[in-house]
Amino acid sequence: MRKTLFESFTHGPLTEPPPPADEAGLAELAQALNRTARAKLGRSLSIRQVDAGSCNGCELEIHALSNAFYDLERFGLHFVASPRHADVLMVTGPVTKNMREALLRTYDATPDPKWIVAVGACAVDGGVFAGSYAVEGGVKDVVPVDLTIRGCPPNPRQLLAGLLALLQTAS
Amino acid sequence: MALLDSIAHKDTAKRHRPWPRVGVSDEGWRQAIDLLAGGRATLLGLWGDAPDVHMALLGEKFDNIAVLTYTCKNGTYPSVGARHPPAIRLERAIRDLFGIEAAGATDARPWLDLGFWDVRHPLGKKHAAKKHAPYTFLTAEGEGLHQIPVGPVHAGIIEPGHFRFTCNGEHVVRLEQRLGYVHKGIESLMAGASLDDAAKLASRTSGDSTVAYAFAFAQAAEAALQIKAPPRATYLRVLMAELERLANHVSDIGAICNDASFALMHAQCSVLRERTLRAAEACFGHRLMMDAIVPGGNARDITADGASHVRNLLAEIHRVFPRLVELYDNTASLQDRTVTTGIVKADYARQFGTGGYVGRACGRTFDARRMPGYAPYDALQFEVPVLEAGDVNARVWIRIREVEQSLTLIEQVLGRLPKGDVRTAVKTKGEPCEGLALVEAFRGDVLVWLRLDGKGRVERCHLRDASWFQWPLLETAIEGNIVADFPLCNKSFNCSYSGHDL
Repeated sequence: MRKTLFESFTHGPLTEPPPPADEAGLAELAQALNRTARAKLGRSLSIRQVDAGSCNGCELEIHALSNAFYDLERFGLHFVASPRHADVLMVTGPVTKNMREALLRTYDATPDPKWIVAVGACAVDGGVFAGSYAVEGGVKDVVPVDLTIRGCPPNPRQLLAGLLALLQTAS
Repeated sequence: MALLDSIAHKDTAKRHRPWPRVGVSDEGWRQAIDLLAGGRATLLGLWGDAPDVHMALLGEKFDNIAVLTYTCKNGTYPSVGARHPPAIRLERAIRDLFGIEAAGATDARPWLDLGFWDVRHPLGKKHAAKKHAPYTFLTAEGEGLHQIPVGPVHAGIIEPGHFRFTCNGEHVVRLEQRLGYVHKGIESLMAGASLDDAAKLASRTSGDSTVAYAFAFAQAAEAALQIKAPPRATYLRVLMAELERLANHVSDIGAICNDASFALMHAQCSVLRERTLRAAEACFGHRLMMDAIVPGGNARDITADGASHVRNLLAEIHRVFPRLVELYDNTASLQDRTVTTGIVKADYARQFGTGGYVGRACGRTFDARRMPGYAPYDALQFEVPVLEAGDVNARVWIRIREVEQSLTLIEQVLGRLPKGDVRTAVKTKGEPCEGLALVEAFRGDVLVWLRLDGKGRVERCHLRDASWFQWPLLETAIEGNIVADFPLCNKSFNCSYSGHDL
């Protein structure tokens, strides 16, 4: 263990400079948020991720945000285990009929003010799964969406750019 | 044809490849159930195709495969699950999707239909949904028992599913899973889809195994259409499949340690995963290599500097990984959590035909890359590590050894990558044809069966994730363990929800 720990001192940090905040996201957010919400949320955001039917691809890339290269927590953004602790719900997947109620309950359990971020191509409109008897549609068909991060799956830089837009709007 | 020697069958499907598909009556169906119940064959899959039900079997020595087709009478077929429990959930799924009943089945509860769809039996004779009876969980009797319901929304960044624990104090007496929350109706979307669209759906069946699913789907389609992907494409498929295995194994090894609160391993392993995904992106333009494999070959060749990115990755893993393995091996507090935790019994693994590291950690030697095998793995050197202990520790060690094997496979692929095209034209045959493929994903064997019409459109496609035969064993592995060890056990299995729910 010592060897591994000491080595961390000899090479520089792996963490990379962040991408610029997503322009499209900033525009989308400008419409969605009012001043009170911004004041209350401040510069630190707690995120609760909800998989509402994804293939798990988006989850893998959301996970990657916590690795040493992207180090999400340096921006004051962190994932929490309960919607009751969250400011942001990050929802992935087409919303399946079987997950609709669970998503609504999670939404209701999240205190106001809250932001909903729809992540991934499926979360926009159901993606390749649109039209199935088992799929409700995109996230916006079930809960109001404040920010959309596209991609199949969006890579960590795209995710980060979207979340930084959220943070910039909040401050 | 050893399997079919002991099963009475009528006709053989003319255009089912590469393994035979035969029609059976009650006698043949019963003989197959005898083989399964007697441990002389393994159930590879059981799926509906109204008015038929298909059963795929694997021979005792893993060397031959056969598909049996039973044509239902009045919408029923003799239950397999009544005598061979691994079929129970599959039968429940068939009933939910097709309305076809397993006569004599022991479990009448739904499986994928949680009561939220507008239709019942979406793949069979559809009709408007009626209100469901409340779902009853299995019971446990005894003094001082309490229940802990978990999910479908879990506390981490993971897929949704429900776990119902019955506990005595800290000890789990019974775990029952309830899945189906991420059911997207993939098989109904497949029906009538073009090959390209169907390949996209297959690639999104389970995001962590997108390469394996695309590989299996392409192989099944190529078998049906009797076309061969060029050699360069198949070698690149191995490169992608092994990069995917590497990325998942290293990150899960770290995540298992993280569930035992050993964050250092997690941090280091996450770096290795990120480097692997970056190499994959440099080679194929997508971090998870989604949609890179298509029927007929690969969507694109490896980039000009791709190989050098992979060589750098291999060098980095060779430098860092052995030290992490040593760290895992020498950290007593970690071993204290993983050794003898969540033991899977070898008999269950054999009975359920449990693939992947879950099966190989308790003595089941099956690896689809070796047996039945597929090109070009038959031309490459690799070992299939097997252990006996069946605990979390054994599953970690199988993954460690498999990382090492993936590294040697990737080296071999880079060393002898054939030249030439990576894609051949897909020509349809003007008549219906069927194909079956079994491909080893990082978590175990993925089965894809499909029937194409004369124009090359998908009529019916069934995808069976390795998780179908791993989830039930997680229920057995946690028994008698403490609740706090569940995340550890669960992560050491890392079953797919999406791949299972479809």
